[in-house]
Formats: sequence, C-alpha cells, structure tokens
Amino acid sequence: MVKKLLIRNGRVICPASGIDSVADVLIEDGRVAAVGEQLSAPGAETLDAAGLVVAPGFIDIHVHLREPGFTHAETIATGSRAAAAGGFTTVCCMPNTNPVNDSATVTAYIVEKARREAVVHVFPIGAITRGSEGEELAAIGSMVAAGAVAISDDGRPVMNARVMRRAMETARVLDIPVIQHCEDLHLSAGGDMHECADSVRLGLRGIPAAAEDVMVARDLLLAELTGARYHVAHISTKNAVAMVAWARRQGLPVTCEATPHHIALDTGQMRPYDSNFKMKPPLRGPEHVEAVIQGIVSGAVDCLATDHAPHAGDDKMQEFERCPFGIIGLETALGVALEVLVHSGRISLNRLVALFTSEPARVIGWKGDQARGALKPGYSGDVTIFHPEYPWTYDVKNSFSKSSNTPFNGRTFRGGPIVTIVSGEIVWKAPGF
Amino acid sequence: MGRSLLGIEDLDRAEIERILDRAVAFQPHGGPNFAKVNTCTGMMVVNAFFENSTRTRSSFEIAAHRLGADTLSITAAGSSVAKGESLVDTLNTLAAMRPSVIVMRHQASGAPHFLARHLSTPIINAGDGTHEHPTQALLDARTILDRLGRLEGLRVAIIGDIQHSRVARSNVFLLSKFGASVVLCGPPTLLPREMAQLAPGVELEYDMRRAVRDANVIMMLRVQLERIHEPPMQAGEYFRFYGLRQEHVELAHPDVIVMHPGPMNRGREISSEVADSQRSMILNQVENGVPVRMAVLERTLLW
Ligand SMILES: [Zn+2]
Ligand SMILES: [Zn+2]
Repeated sequence: MVKKLLIRNGRVICPASGIDSVADVLIEDGRVAAVGEQLSAPGAETLDAAGLVVAPGFIDIHVHLREPGFTHAETIATGSRAAAAGGFTTVCCMPNTNPVNDSATVTAYIVEKARREAVVHVFPIGAITRGSEGEELAAIGSMVAAGAVAISDDGRPVMNARVMRRAMETARVLDIPVIQHCEDLHLSAGGDMHECADSVRLGLRGIPAAAEDVMVARDLLLAELTGARYHVAHISTKNAVAMVAWARRQGLPVTCEATPHHIALDTGQMRPYDSNFKMKPPLRGPEHVEAVIQGIVSGAVDCLATDHAPHAGDDKMQEFERCPFGIIGLETALGVALEVLVHSGRISLNRLVALFTSEPARVIGWKGDQARGALKPGYSGDVTIFHPEYPWTYDVKNSFSKSSNTPFNGRTFRGGPIVTIVSGEIVWKAPGF
Repeated sequence: MGRSLLGIEDLDRAEIERILDRAVAFQPHGGPNFAKVNTCTGMMVVNAFFENSTRTRSSFEIAAHRLGADTLSITAAGSSVAKGESLVDTLNTLAAMRPSVIVMRHQASGAPHFLARHLSTPIINAGDGTHEHPTQALLDARTILDRLGRLEGLRVAIIGDIQHSRVARSNVFLLSKFGASVVLCGPPTLLPREMAQLAPGVELEYDMRRAVRDANVIMMLRVQLERIHEPPMQAGEYFRFYGLRQEHVELAHPDVIVMHPGPMNRGREISSEVADSQRSMILNQVENGVPVRMAVLERTLLW
C-alpha cells in the first residue's frame, strides 16, 4: 500500500520551480508526487497548512554531530532531532569526529548509524586528509563510494597548498565540492576573537580578518588551476566575500556559505569573556557583518549553514582563552535568518527559502534519486512548514541538542518552524500545533 | 554582600577617588609602622593565585592582616588546574569555605569575570592575563598624587610591551578618567594601532624620544617574553630603541617621575642610572601597594 501525505492550503514557496502560491503538496511513498491547487488524494493523511509557508525541506550542509567519539556533546540521534526541530530535513556532517571520518569504514558507520537512529537525512562529509592532519590525502574515492558528498578538514584548514591542489584535482574527477575552513594558522595563531579594538581592550589575542582572506585568495587560485568545485565554509570577512564574487565573475565554480550567527552578531554584541560568543571564524566587526549580509543580498553568498558545533557544558565552562570554539545553531537558524534578512527588508521570503533549500542542494549537487531542495515530482519528500511571523522565545533548556552553547538563549524571534516532514513522515511538530 | 573589583574600566572617577583618599589613612606617614586597624576582624580573604606573583600576593596578605582579616592562600600554578579540576571546581571548593572575598590572579584574561558570573563571593582582580591589574593602577595613581599632587593635565608616557601589559590597560583607563593625556610607546609589534581607541586622550608613539618629551610621568614596562611568540627585536636593539636612559629623562618635564611596576630588568628596559635616581618612584610604588590594597579590601568588605 502506497503511503500518502497531503499538505493542504499552505503558501507553497519553491524557488527552484518558481512556485509561490497557495497550493497543496502531495507526498507519495517518500517522494514529492504533485504540487497544485485542490489536489485530490483518496486515502491520504492530510495536514492543514493554512496560514503557513510550505517549503522544500531545509538543508544544512555544515553541522557537527560529534559521533563517533564525542557523544557526550552530541550524537547522530540527538543532532538529527535538533535539526528536525529547526526545520532541517537534510544535514551534512563534518568529519572532525574521533576517529576522523577519513575512510570508507567511518563513512559507512555514520551512514548506517544515521539510517537507524536519525530522524532526518544525514550525509557525511569526508576528510580531505588523513586524520585531517593536512599532509596526506584521505581515502577520498572510497568515502564517496560509501556515501560522502563532499570533502573538508573543517575545524582545520589545509595549510599545504600542494596537498590542497591534489585534493581539488581528486574532487574534480569525483564531482564533489571541496569545502575549506579558511584560516591561515600562522596569522590566527592563538587568537580567541576578532582582532579589533575590543580584543585589544579585553586583552584577548586577536584573529585578524586577513587570516581568512589570505586562505580564500590562495584557494581561489588553486580552484582556477584545478577546475574543482570549491566552497568556502562560514565566510565572515568583507574581502573574502569580494574575492568569491570575483572568482564567480571569472566563471569559476566557487561557492560559499554564511552562518546565521555571523550575520546576526558582531564583536560589539559579545558579552565579554562569555564562551557562548567564541567561535571560528570569530564574530567580526560591523563592516564585515554588513559585507556578508550584502553578499547574501547580491548573491555572492550562496547559502546559509549553521556550523552547529555542540560542546558539552564542562568544556564550555572555562576561561574564554581555554574553552573550545563553536556554538549550536540548528534550532535558531530560521528565526535568526528571518530577523536579520527578511523582517529587516533585506531579502524576500522567497530568497530566504532558496538559501535554505535549492541553493545548498546546488552547492553539494545531489542528483537522481538523491535529488532534494525543491518540491518537484520525484524529489525526496521533505517539507519544512514554517510560520513567518509568530513570536517565540528560544529556551535552550528545551533544546534537542545534548549541548547548550548558544548566544541566542532567551532571545525572542518572529517566525519559526512548525512541522518538519522527512520522506513523507512527520518527524517534528511545534508544541501546540 | 560586597562588591567585586574586576577592573578599572568599570569604576567611575568618584569611586576611584574614594579608594585613593582612603589609602592615605593607611600610609605610614614617615614612621616605621603602618597603622593596624581592625575594621575587618573575623573576615576571611582568600588569595587565589593561579600565576606566580610573590610581590602582589604578599602585599594583599599584609593588607588583609593589617585590617584584622584572616587569610588563606592557594597558589595553584596554572598547570595544576589541569583537566578534571576546572577553574569552576576549584573556586566552588573555595567558595564553600565561605570567604568574604577572593583575591584572584590568573593567566587568562577575563578569568575573574568568568568566576564573578558563577560565584556570589566578591572577587578582586589581582591581574588577569593581558587584561587588567586594577590595584596596580590605583597604587600608581596614589604614587603620582603623592609626588605631583594631581592627575589632571599630566602627560604620562607608558613605554614598552603595551600589548601584553595589564598594567598599561588599567593605567590608561584610570588616567583617562582623570583627564591625563597618555602616550603609549613601544615597538610596533607590541603596540597595536587599536590601542589608540582604549580611552579618550590616548596617543601612540613609536619613537621614544618623542614620547618622553615634556612628560610628567614616565612609566616603564617589562617585555613579557613569556607571552610573546616571536621576539619583537633583539635584546640589544630593544634597549637601544626603547630602554629608558638619562638622556630621555632630560627631554622630559623638569619634575618628571619614573615608574616601573616590577619586576625590573636593568639594562633591558631601564638603565640602572635612572632606576636608582631621585626621579625613580619604584620603591614608593611598592610601598603604596599595602595601603591601596587595604582600601580596596575595605571597599569590598565594608563599604
Ligand atoms: Zn570551520
Ligand atoms: Zn564547522
């Protein structure tokens, strides 16, 4: 028997197919079957979405699920539930686990564990180099065969330009993107926050914007040399945004993502020495934040990604200089993005949906029966239903994540996820809906 | 409940004046003995020094005893607060002893601010990383006032490793609140341009002769080699360009005083000739440590 779900009367926004109108969406057997007015589907379970936005399932191509190895901070199961609560139906997890995902064995482990325990689709990202140590290429072909959709040494940059070149050449043939955490370690060495008047005043070591810029510049030249698809993770500086835009004008297959926190917060909003504001790249000054937002408006920035980085309480409860970098972000992403980008009038709701759906899908390049990021027949039956206006307050105590390192605790947002549907199954509903 | 003293930046001028005025009452006034007052009898001052500083720790201990308070010192070197025994754990243990105040020195900037968020015990910052050293700035101000009678309108040259100096930051905040003009001088690698934005009335100077010209106060700083990952310049070259010598003193205001928070490296940042001269206030600074810290402890325990 075919399982059917009919979502009725929502405002359907699917940027990839140019739809923005009140319509019904039918999911059959885990895939999108039809989008149209007054669809009839005898025997279908129905969901009334009147007054809500019905979008393709949101995709986050940059999360840390911490499994294997750091399951006290997060697991594939808990991270996927946090994703669902944030409206995400697909996440790509970075390889900086223990062991590092640098082999088909670890990739297969994550895929299998996710198949059994995750409530959303989980796609592993393989390491670029063995142990993410930056020296020797990882088993890239085998990882891709086992299900990896991209490679990255995220958390660490590939400092050796020759190794990066070889990685790009390999990735080009495999048709996967190379995702770089852009940071020149010699320039950032020991830094804890953006290098600026505040870092000097607080006596904290600075990470200059140039640490990101020089790595982006180098890699863009290597992308030109190799023809690889190259993706800048968590872009945060005005020069990096400008250089990515330049590379695109040269016709290079270069993309980048911005995180919600890098567009919502600048150094001036950091509570001094509060580890919930410590991340890499660091929160930047207002001119950089504006440049990243402007990049989103202009299209230089391709998509949003959370860089969800859970750290267990004890690890973050330390002196600022000692505690690890990173914050969680899956459950606040939509609220933050609506506030900064849509309610402020910077971009349309349509464009926002694209930043969470068709655009990240384009960056990774899912094809065939993996196609996602649009409400087109045959695509994965993933739907995110959200309210663009209703006020709610984020209380991290109710988070599905195992960790609570967030600067957004207690913040009130306007608009957020209501129902998350993965392969035609409702995996999360907002309390009270 | 008592009030923490985490830095000079958060204090207003009136509060600083009150501490500096009160410190006068505790100065020895020429006699061999400090007045012993017993305003804080029965109170417990915990000195938690996670970074070595015999001078500052002794000074706080003597100050506490003169006030009649009991003291307990823990001198966990940074390394002993290893994984497993976090700063919060250590301090929670101490807090359970119900101290009246915790005086804390730590190698991480913001460590006392971090604790102040987690503990209800008031905390006095005795130096945090490369951030602030508020009692040093207060005793420096007391020393300047003793000799020059005012802070307003003075030209103060602070010279050396500014970037890593908590003494420099606290002094800049304090002097600026009192309308002094501050010239910061050092090699460019140790004097980031953003320092000019620390407070109103701050200017940067990379040439020592220009920095000391007409200065009323010259404050020398140590190069904190332990915090520097690559030496800014060779030692001999450093002294040549940024070491204080008699020729510099002669460029300054005729009544100039020379200060140094210690520990001092003769021949590296200051010549012996200057360090031992009549202009040198270095011993006065040490001496003012106790009365100023008595005033600071009283502020926390009684005011
Ligand atoms: Zn990263
Ligand atoms: Zn990351």
